[in-house]
Amino acid sequence: MSNADVVVTGLGATTPLGGDVASTWAGLLAGRSGVGPLTQDWAAQLTVRIAAQLAEDPSTKLDRIKARRMDRSEQVAVVASREAWTDAGLDDVEVDRGRLGVVVGSGIGGATTLLAQDDILEQHGPRKVSPHTIPMLMPNGPAAWVGLTFGAQAGVHAPTSACATGAEAIAWGLDMIRSGRADVVIAGGVEAVIHPLPMAGFGSMRAMSIRNDDPERASRPWDTDRDGFVLGEGAGVVILERAEHAAARGAKVYARLSGSGMTSDGYDIVQPDPEGVGQARAMTQAIKEAGLTKQDIGHVNAHATSTPVGDIAEVKSIEAAVGHHPVLTAPKSMLGHLLGAAGAVESIVTILSVHHQLIPPTINLDVPDPGLTLEVVTGEPRKMHLDAALNNSFGFGGHNVALLFTRA
Amino acid sequence: MAREEIVEGLAEILEEVAGVNPEDVAEEKSFTEELDVDSLSMVEVVVAAEEKFGVKIPDDEVQNLRTVGDAVSFIEKAQAAL
Repeated sequence: MSNADVVVTGLGATTPLGGDVASTWAGLLAGRSGVGPLTQDWAAQLTVRIAAQLAEDPSTKLDRIKARRMDRSEQVAVVASREAWTDAGLDDVEVDRGRLGVVVGSGIGGATTLLAQDDILEQHGPRKVSPHTIPMLMPNGPAAWVGLTFGAQAGVHAPTSACATGAEAIAWGLDMIRSGRADVVIAGGVEAVIHPLPMAGFGSMRAMSIRNDDPERASRPWDTDRDGFVLGEGAGVVILERAEHAAARGAKVYARLSGSGMTSDGYDIVQPDPEGVGQARAMTQAIKEAGLTKQDIGHVNAHATSTPVGDIAEVKSIEAAVGHHPVLTAPKSMLGHLLGAAGAVESIVTILSVHHQLIPPTINLDVPDPGLTLEVVTGEPRKMHLDAALNNSFGFGGHNVALLFTRA
Repeated sequence: MAREEIVEGLAEILEEVAGVNPEDVAEEKSFTEELDVDSLSMVEVVVAAEEKFGVKIPDDEVQNLRTVGDAVSFIEKAQAAL
């Protein structure tokens, strides 16, 4: 592994707060919730009837025929990647395609396509099943479409680690550059599974909030009244670039990706280790890899999904790995839980926090859980000097990913 | 059904599934070379045509349908046999 410095030169997102990074960031700073009622007919029969749906339909930004051949998770991948590519100023630059990689994952993949085509199979028989079914449902589909869109030839990868996927993709992107296999990597995560089956599945686990009559207040990390996460959909994509490559073309740099930590709990298929040992190890790894000490970390963008056990396990792990001084925030209070996209969109939030020296607030934290022993930004965004910040992402299966972003 | 009506119906399908401009659709045009319909889209065209014209187009017949005119002739014959 080389010691190549890796920087972030482009950002793209499509989220429940907006169709791009600027509107998402503005929504977060304003403390706006992206959660609302589900008005689809199928929602009436479900226990959970709220979700954080996309603010803009991604298919409107794509050629109609292309959009028709893509699962919604693939559509958001292409839309967010295009924004990131343009934002990085790469539209008019000759990028060596043999040195261009893609790492874009999803937690669940094209489940809505799978389920819709299964309905067609049941009702109309196998001949009516779309010939586009397989490329629409395969979990590497979003990565493959991004690779096709930009002609990436250094490798197209699709990590799958449930709700840690987006962050894990960025960590693999970092490794791809550090190992010398790429100069530029389009990295991120996507998810679009607001559909009755995933909703019912998470519902049966009792993992989601059932605050159906008050959607905007349903996602409430660390609040004593929290009752589970709110399912969301979206995509986050960053352009990672070898620092020398970015400097040579005079690219603007948002932040440095200075370290990553990836560990596993080996504890339970869905519950995190309640003491957060594996999570703490991920943060410690990221700090060590960056050559920093825990005192250098000013802020942690927390995974904090608004589930009773997870939120407090994370606080314990942050205390153990970083200490009492970092201030926390939880974007899921506004974005909902974007599953495979969460770690990527929240990396963008962390990058912008470092870039603008400004941390968005956490909403709905009215009566903090006694287990919350660290300071959380609430009310107004917090302006502060920030040299280094961690973004945490954890997933079912015991996946723990921490990414360390530092000021460019 | 008159041949022009079948061409018109096929043009609607081609526009819907493959984005082909209806003005470009004519009997002498080949699906893959001139109208740029790829193999997966051709499967969709066939299934949609079966529904629209109330006929069966067997898989081993599809390779013989090189042009729009080939498809029109097949559909015309299949309809007459109903």
